[in-house]
Amino acid sequence: MAEELKVIDEYSAKLFENAENDPDNLLVVKNLVKYFPIKSSFFRKTIGNVKAVDGISFKIKRGTTMGLVGESGCGKSTIGRTILRLQPKTDGEVFFNGVDIFKLSKEELRAIRPTIQIIFQDPYSSLSPRLPVGEIIAEAVREHGIVPKEEIDDYVTRIMHACGLQEYHKDRYPHEFSGGQRQRICIARALALNPDFILCDEPVSALDVSIQAQIINLLRDLQKQFGLTYLFISHDLSVVEHISDTVGVMYLGNMVEFADTEKIFSKPLHPYTEALFSAIPVPDPDYKMNRVILEGSIPSPANPPSGCKFHTRCSKCMEVCKHFQPDFTEVEPEHFCACHLYNSAERNAMLAKMMSEQNDAAQKK
Amino acid sequence: MAKEEKKSSVTEHAEKKEKKKNSSYISGKESRKISRFNRKLTKKLENDRANANKDPALYTTKMRDPNNVVEFDNMCTYFFTDIGTVKAVDGISFDIPKCSTVGVVGESGCGKSVTSLSLMQLLPRPTGQTVGGEIRFNIGNGEALNIVNTPTSKMMEIRGNRVSMIFQEPMTSLNPVFRIGAQVDEVIKLHNPDMSDEDVKNRTLDMLELVGIANKEGVYRMYPHELSGGMRQRVMIAIALACSPELIIADEPTTALDVTIQAQILDLLSDLKNKINSSIMLITHDLGVVASMADYVVVMYAGRVVEKGTAEDIFHHPAHPYTIGLMRSKPVVGKKVDELYNIPGSVPNPVDMPNYCYFRDRCEMQCDRCSGAYPPEIRISDTHVVSCYRFFDEGEVLGYPHPVNVEEL
Repeated sequence: MAEELKVIDEYSAKLFENAENDPDNLLVVKNLVKYFPIKSSFFRKTIGNVKAVDGISFKIKRGTTMGLVGESGCGKSTIGRTILRLQPKTDGEVFFNGVDIFKLSKEELRAIRPTIQIIFQDPYSSLSPRLPVGEIIAEAVREHGIVPKEEIDDYVTRIMHACGLQEYHKDRYPHEFSGGQRQRICIARALALNPDFILCDEPVSALDVSIQAQIINLLRDLQKQFGLTYLFISHDLSVVEHISDTVGVMYLGNMVEFADTEKIFSKPLHPYTEALFSAIPVPDPDYKMNRVILEGSIPSPANPPSGCKFHTRCSKCMEVCKHFQPDFTEVEPEHFCACHLYNSAERNAMLAKMMSEQNDAAQKK
Repeated sequence: MAKEEKKSSVTEHAEKKEKKKNSSYISGKESRKISRFNRKLTKKLENDRANANKDPALYTTKMRDPNNVVEFDNMCTYFFTDIGTVKAVDGISFDIPKCSTVGVVGESGCGKSVTSLSLMQLLPRPTGQTVGGEIRFNIGNGEALNIVNTPTSKMMEIRGNRVSMIFQEPMTSLNPVFRIGAQVDEVIKLHNPDMSDEDVKNRTLDMLELVGIANKEGVYRMYPHELSGGMRQRVMIAIALACSPELIIADEPTTALDVTIQAQILDLLSDLKNKINSSIMLITHDLGVVASMADYVVVMYAGRVVEKGTAEDIFHHPAHPYTIGLMRSKPVVGKKVDELYNIPGSVPNPVDMPNYCYFRDRCEMQCDRCSGAYPPEIRISDTHVVSCYRFFDEGEVLGYPHPVNVEEL
């Protein structure tokens, strides 16, 4: 077991070495790990861990959008919350603008907070029902002193206009708005703090198709206008393809593939990515789908399978997949994938050797 | 009676004035008036329904085409709420032919689910009432039931037996305190009272196997919480199929599921349809799902059918501006567009619908005629029907939808 863990640590760390010093990269995440302990009911002793995020690395360039896709329960939202330091990490590093945000003191963190904002999935539950819209947007602006006190009112109006809201909406309460407009309020609230980075956690999944298009267009316009960087978490692959520059595919707490959108959609390397993309329904009755149907469902993250976590459902499963977790390596330039299919010859030889050693040890016992 | 009408027209006038000031404001007096009206009307409708019980002639009719399982004919379902009458479904007509899949597409609030609930007679009564039109359900021998006024006792024989439903949330539609086996057994036992317990169990196990559950004996003894979302949806499908119904209503069967599981369930559904020869009414907002499953497509907007036709018609030659907008506003994998089309504005308030085309204010192709009455259904090819004035001169005009005047009931 110890062997397996060591293998990923070695490789991933090398992969993004010094990436945080490159001013192009706004956000660099290295080997982020987040476990949720399972407590026994009586003595509150930890009896296991839900491995929500298990060693994830990626980077986002300034002014671009990264899409994060995967099935529900694979840890997408946990990543989002952890990199914003809304919850503590278990291990790993997160660099924002070259600064490790987990090493910041309380005051420093407060200073950096306005630059990292979040838009939540459900616009119905993420707005306070007791505050008028103007106050929802102005509250954080006043707290962080983004603009002088006298100008706050004008500033809020300007932001609301940018998000397609009218000035007279300011005195209304969230319940008077439709879902799409509420999501605009959430976007305005995030935008008002003049952020560099916005985490969009499924911002359009609760909305209707025609409203989705409005919000997606708004997000893209704002990106052009203000040079924003997005991390776009979604399970809707067609939306992700439309909006992102790079895409990361997650499976059970691991990143299985990470590359430019065009590359990953035209030539997915990992078998899971392939299956996922082939399952997207296409609105064309003549389209012949050659779906790769995955058997079974996603295993429990509290007790993930050994070796490659996908091996229980993989159509190209090999013997080595059951014993060793594959490394997250750069298969092609800027195309990262974690699959034994793309191992180098020497790596294969090494794994084979380790496997036979293990077998020998087991036989001796 | 005449006096009352006069009164109501006066109040209507006052209401309109009020609405101009502030659309969402209702004074206490008005609100009381509305509730009084609702109480009176729903009581009358419930009484009518109770009377229909006595004579089977009242609820048996003839199918227009014996090859259809269900025919909706100008069906109107209204909700009598405290803020006014919500015309959730207002004069829709479409057919579900035998052994085919009909996809019903539309945004939330357009009346998709209300249509299916009306067909199952599962509307929350007395607030929700089917006030007009007919829903004809084929019971064979050229006879048909008009579901609108079929008594509940008769309906219970049909519901679950000849028409069954798969709900959106498998999590909330299974009972958490009963084992899976008991829940599937229940349906079979209810509709086949003569069957022995052993036969029932065998039938349940067959059903579980049919929907692709490998460990059927194990699952039979499990509780719903022990299963994953995809497995629960399979159990739901097994329950729906238990009595080999002629029509399965699938109300957003895959919305709560992941893409990979969605693919599994859709495959299963289309596979089963061929095995047991039943029709599927597939309700969804996902155009991709409809394209891969449906033979016929019905597009709904604000309680009315705006376009219907074969999947080929709808996806390759969409005619209604709303359908066109809907298709263009959804990003498609492999097709790169700079900016998504967005339909401007939003759906009109269901309490206070305009008297012209509901889509006019959001439409970019409107013409002078659009300010007139709501457009009629226009046949533009053998299978393709659209409600839009742009085809008024080219196609054959079939007829206008007939809303029910609530004041007259």
